[in-house]
Amino acid sequence: MATDLDCNTLTKRFGDTTAVRDVSFSVEQGSFFSILGPSGCGKTTIMRMIAGFLEPTGGDIRIKGKSMLNVPPNKRPVNMVFQHLALFPMMNIAENIGYGLRRAGLPKPEITRRVGEVLERVNLPGIENRKVDELSGGQKQRVAIARCMVLEPDVLLLDEPLGALDLKLREHMKIELKALQATFDTTFVYITHDQSEALVMSDQIAVMNGGVFEQVGTARDLYYRPDTAFVAGFVGDSNRWRGKVEQADGDRIALRTAEGLLINSATQGRDLRPGEEAEIFLRPEAIRVAHDSADLAQFDNRISGEVSSLLFNGAASRILVRDEIGEEIEVTLPQSGEFANLAKGAPVHIGWGGDQTTCFASRG
Amino acid sequence: MRNQARLGFYLLLTPLLLWLGLLIIIPHIDMALLSLRERVGVGRYASSLANYGTFFGEPLYMWTFARTAMMSVLATVITLIIAFPVSYYIAKMAKGRTQSALFLLCLVPFWVSELVRTFGWMILLRETGLFSSLLQWAGLADGPVEMLYNDAAMMVGLVYTSMLFMVVPLVTTLESLDDAVIEAGYDLGGSGFSVLREIVIPHAMPGIVSGSIVVFMLSLGNYLTPTMLGGKDSLWFTELIYSQFIVRFNWELGAAFGFMLLFLSSVIVWGTLRLTGQTLEKTMG
Repeated sequence: MATDLDCNTLTKRFGDTTAVRDVSFSVEQGSFFSILGPSGCGKTTIMRMIAGFLEPTGGDIRIKGKSMLNVPPNKRPVNMVFQHLALFPMMNIAENIGYGLRRAGLPKPEITRRVGEVLERVNLPGIENRKVDELSGGQKQRVAIARCMVLEPDVLLLDEPLGALDLKLREHMKIELKALQATFDTTFVYITHDQSEALVMSDQIAVMNGGVFEQVGTARDLYYRPDTAFVAGFVGDSNRWRGKVEQADGDRIALRTAEGLLINSATQGRDLRPGEEAEIFLRPEAIRVAHDSADLAQFDNRISGEVSSLLFNGAASRILVRDEIGEEIEVTLPQSGEFANLAKGAPVHIGWGGDQTTCFASRG
Repeated sequence: MRNQARLGFYLLLTPLLLWLGLLIIIPHIDMALLSLRERVGVGRYASSLANYGTFFGEPLYMWTFARTAMMSVLATVITLIIAFPVSYYIAKMAKGRTQSALFLLCLVPFWVSELVRTFGWMILLRETGLFSSLLQWAGLADGPVEMLYNDAAMMVGLVYTSMLFMVVPLVTTLESLDDAVIEAGYDLGGSGFSVLREIVIPHAMPGIVSGSIVVFMLSLGNYLTPTMLGGKDSLWFTELIYSQFIVRFNWELGAAFGFMLLFLSSVIVWGTLRLTGQTLEKTMG
């Protein structure tokens, strides 16, 4: 498969601090690639290096096989949708979108035609003469994308463009962005700190932390098979414990948390020996709840306790279950009706398979 | 409660009304009346347009009038050309402490009086001054060089005096330009020149116009700099007004000159606003 963008051992240092360290990745043609990470992890630095606003300290950036080192931003076949969109307030919509075409020296009728076409494709036909501040947030978003796409770039960079929108519109734009990407069939590189944006839209996601890529994979890979403790903690929600390995038997291990809770787990190929410190992750939605402990016989982790807290949040409602030794576990509450009457203090049984627990040897 | 609020309002309004009334409106009405009368005998006056007739009938007056306007426009343009890159550097390139330090440096010359600043230029530019000695020392000039008392020296003084009033509005408008907008300009294929022409200058237009208006008015009404640095040929219109009032004691003609200057500056400011498509509210607000 042809790649549109290749970064090879990309490094950026600012004085003594290394913002990006030896990052290598390739983005396939026409795919949606996201870089997901907390703020300050270096993802914006990577994006600005690809766009040409920052010079890498080391490594190479190739677009369609051509090295982009020493190519100024206005000569690169990449365009960027900025965080706050950066539409030109002094121009109307047609002038905004036509700006790049004018710079490329296209004749006027051609520019008018192509601006009309791209507005059609983003479902905003006929708004050429409007002013920027007459548009709604979602419309501005689409104009910003149209302004880049009219230049037919090899790679479109998007720097958290949904950050400024309200929740409902953001949910809507996620679907729309994915659809636009399919329409234009262009490679999108998207950076965000919002995991749901990345999970919903991307073909490939790179999880970034402290200047390095922790894991690159599909949304399913990251969610079900995290490679590192950081990814397990960052993608999705988890119950998190620190514990010691008590027993190891092939690919099964038993761990005891600091509070004294015994957890059976699978090693998933990781090397964990008895006595070793480990970080344990368990997703609230991977836990079964039952009124009767007999229903949980097939699970190798079974706990009886009482509901210490009800966290109602519609479909994402959870309960906190406290077991006999006082450990609290967050459990997703099924909305199928059987637990509708569950009240605080009610006795409850929970269980999960050892395969659902993910353990990592503690660093340092 | 309402009465108290009303009292407060009037109390706040009074200084403004006093200032406007006593220092602006009443003197102007008096000046207007003064300019419209003619002395026909000892202590006897008749209203007439004779003073304005004198102004339009005497080529020296008209010439000085036109020259003052042209030179003020030129001083404004030069100030803008020098101040723009300076402001751009302060607003966009310099960061943190450097930014405030540079801004302060623009302000420092205004801590001393205009007279002292002008004397400073005289020390530099006069025949026995610093530049002259430097040129002789370097062997570039055979004898002392007089750089004072000509239009160039006067222009230097005018630009120097006006600099701050151009830099302040420019820095303010340029600072409000989002860096991402400039970057977007480059990202979409713009060169440095086209980004400047299509993005930076249109954005800075209110600042450019308001700075230019202030600098133009200051230059037009400047008395000290043209008098001290300009030569015999660099007659400034304010000098004519001064001589009518103080030397010739012809207040009537002086008042007419004053009104012509007011008229001139109003027309040029109005024309500039129309030409650039700006409004006074937009540039001053």
